[in-house]
Amino acid sequence: MDLWQEGDPIADTTAPDGPVETRWDRRRFAARLVNPANRRKLTVIVVGTGLAGGSAAATLGELGYRVKSYCYQDSPRRAHSIAAQGGINAAKNYRNDGDSVHRLFYDTVKGGDFRSRESNVHRLAQVSVEIIDQCVAQGVPFAREYGGLLDTRSFGGAQVQRTFYARGQTGQQLLLGAYQALERQIAAGTVEMNSRHEMLELVVVDGRARGIVVRDLVTGEISTEFADAVVLASGGYGNVFYLSTNAKGCNVTATWRAHRKGAYFANPCYTQIHPTCIPVSGGYQSKLTLMSESLRNDGRVWVPKAKGDDRAPRDIPENERDYYLERMYPAFGNLVPRDIASRAAKNVCDSGHGVGPTGLGVYLDFADAIGRLGRNAVEARYGNLFEMYERITGEDPYRVPMRIYPAVHYTMGGLWVDYDLQSTVPGLFVIGEANFSDHGANRLGASALMQGLADGYFVLPNTIADYLAAGPFAPVDANHPEAVAARADVEDRLARLLAVDGDRTVDSFHRELGQIMWEHCGMERTDAGLRKAIGEIRALREQFWQRVRVPGDGERLNQALEKAGRVADFFELAELMCVDALHREESCGGHFRAEHQTPDGEAQRDDERFAYVAAWEYTGSDRPAVLHRENLTFEYVHPSQRSYK
Amino acid sequence: MNLTLRIWRQSGPGDKGRMVTYPVADISPDMSFLEMLDVLNERLTLAGEEPVAFDHDCREGICGACGMVINGNAHGPQRGTTACQLHMRHFTDGETIDIEPWRARAFPVVKDLVVDRNAFDRIIAAGGYVTAPTGSAPEAHATPVAKANADAAFEAAACIGCGACVAACPNGSGMLFTAAKVTQLGLLPQGQPERYTRVLGMVDAHDEAGFGGCTNAGECTAVCPKGIPLSTIGRLNRDYLRATAKRGDTPGT
Repeated sequence: MDLWQEGDPIADTTAPDGPVETRWDRRRFAARLVNPANRRKLTVIVVGTGLAGGSAAATLGELGYRVKSYCYQDSPRRAHSIAAQGGINAAKNYRNDGDSVHRLFYDTVKGGDFRSRESNVHRLAQVSVEIIDQCVAQGVPFAREYGGLLDTRSFGGAQVQRTFYARGQTGQQLLLGAYQALERQIAAGTVEMNSRHEMLELVVVDGRARGIVVRDLVTGEISTEFADAVVLASGGYGNVFYLSTNAKGCNVTATWRAHRKGAYFANPCYTQIHPTCIPVSGGYQSKLTLMSESLRNDGRVWVPKAKGDDRAPRDIPENERDYYLERMYPAFGNLVPRDIASRAAKNVCDSGHGVGPTGLGVYLDFADAIGRLGRNAVEARYGNLFEMYERITGEDPYRVPMRIYPAVHYTMGGLWVDYDLQSTVPGLFVIGEANFSDHGANRLGASALMQGLADGYFVLPNTIADYLAAGPFAPVDANHPEAVAARADVEDRLARLLAVDGDRTVDSFHRELGQIMWEHCGMERTDAGLRKAIGEIRALREQFWQRVRVPGDGERLNQALEKAGRVADFFELAELMCVDALHREESCGGHFRAEHQTPDGEAQRDDERFAYVAAWEYTGSDRPAVLHRENLTFEYVHPSQRSYK
Repeated sequence: MNLTLRIWRQSGPGDKGRMVTYPVADISPDMSFLEMLDVLNERLTLAGEEPVAFDHDCREGICGACGMVINGNAHGPQRGTTACQLHMRHFTDGETIDIEPWRARAFPVVKDLVVDRNAFDRIIAAGGYVTAPTGSAPEAHATPVAKANADAAFEAAACIGCGACVAACPNGSGMLFTAAKVTQLGLLPQGQPERYTRVLGMVDAHDEAGFGGCTNAGECTAVCPKGIPLSTIGRLNRDYLRATAKRGDTPGT
């Protein structure tokens, strides 16, 4: 059987053409509006309360819509955006260092290795400046200079200092700002908050997304909730690798269930492997911890020149060290984009120069920075990160260089959306990491927070009105055949998971799936490896449904049952990721096919054949996915071999 | 390492609950505390028993989901550290470890080590924000903020809402949590217009949720994984006093 089939091309029909600088203005003007009195007759479901979902729910509530918000955590404040460390980009040009909206646009398109849409990225760069204003107005305590103005720093993939930050906790502070805005709307009665609720199915009625099936994680109760539109802001799917920097609960279920109901999944193979994480220490490891990329501003990455040199790092003299990023990429040095830094680390370790007990690590050394700036200045910038490192490893990074290794961090792929952030299911909008739209094949540092808040505060609230202007739609209730069927599917799946009563835990399957994915669909992919992985994933999935053991029942809090449902969906996604990686016979950004590299080992794109978004249609769990291509055109940033040398 | 765990098991809010003893063997000192519980749960699952329910998510000390009383200390023996960041190298081979949920009137037990902390959300909803509707913000540099104030605001804003302060307080008070937000927003120019209504609203919500009053025991700040200082409560009290005076009330009524 073929692994995939060709389908019709797909196009984004909502982005205006003409000058890129005015497209967003023109789209906003062309979009229909909903008058304030009618907004309260319209209900919007928002799934997820991270930067995208939290800011969207708060803003839609302020506008007067009736919002129903859902998160699996016990409080909306705990969504995984909270863990973002480094910062948020904005084209404010406060540094007078040559930044502009156009430069942020240019850097992001280039950083994404020419696999994103110019219209979307330009809008993102435009909106970036408003985000900073909005967050400051909310009381987000960004880092400031002595004069009282905002401080900025540089970040990977850029030569200007456009990254705003709040020590190493930028995500936390931005999320708490959005969360507080959300709580204000909850108190005002415009948003109904449902924490500890997980979306398990999408309800599509007459071709429109009209609701979701949710499980109350405390009581086990299944209910069907309806609305005029559904917004998914449920984050990325990096946990398909088991080990990642994502929170343990992060999952693909909301987006995967929507995919099964008709929403195309775009570019699932684009995975970001972050270069600066704490290396794996043992088989019991449950997650990986990121050390913010901002550390690369002052830390220098090196390995011993001699293979297998196991001397303590301080005993290795300067001339026996290979500062390989500075050597290979003199223009950007330690600040090359993430995909490049990660692969370089893998290459030096694969060639026997890796450090630490497993040989899978490189040094990130602050000795020079401490010498130049003094320990206090380094502590002010990175104190909390250094403490976190010491807590986990038991080593003091002020004295011993950190050991780092790449880990799965972010997924650029996600549900396909048009310029309005609407998926291929009318009325289903997808925002933040859950969609595929702005980062192409590689996301630049400090751009995830920017995109999440751009989507939630400024883009979606404008574009969704154009859809809602046609509403309110005919009322649907729990007895509608589509609602009954969706609910029955959920109940059936939960019952099946509980009924297997096998001899292996959910985690043991998840770990094994993660190993397959890391091995064959991780930093380097090959045709043969991907085909092998697909076979292994299918076999393991079959085993899962025969041998998994989920203790307890569905009538109360059952964390094993929650995990089992998420892992079952990861199996299906994993296969699609491998198919997508297999079909894309080029290397671009986070997708590196060993067969396609330049003579010096850099990613070799094939713009003739692959300058498109791969949007996959679901046709059944045992049927090949159908490929719909959205061709990408570049009018402003002309594709070139990325060079950071 | 080989350890003996004594863990609070409670099947639901209606159950009385009890401590149950579990031996665990072959624990690596490099494991985190939660990874040690993962190992226990894997074994319980295979033995046909129900795993221990506990809240956790980011496992890097920032989401605030995890929280348990370990040998009588909220988040365990290491200062400034959440349970997820606590590593087994801080325990000794053969040790007996008691693990219990947060215990406070305002945090009812959901199951085992999982408690309901929604009362914190209600405190924030009662005023822990700046009213700044999306799109209405002035240019960010229009209002400089003295670095000292910005830094102090950040220090208070570092609260992760885990609830350790409440668990450690002899009165089950949530005053450190409340004061951290009052302090953050009260130190910033953006927070001034609502400064006094905020503190009144938040303290009322705090009391209504069943948290106890603050008697300056200071246990809260000692266990706080983010080191929120006790001085925030002093700030809250000053603002509260001024606010009640402005309202024409007598403090304490």
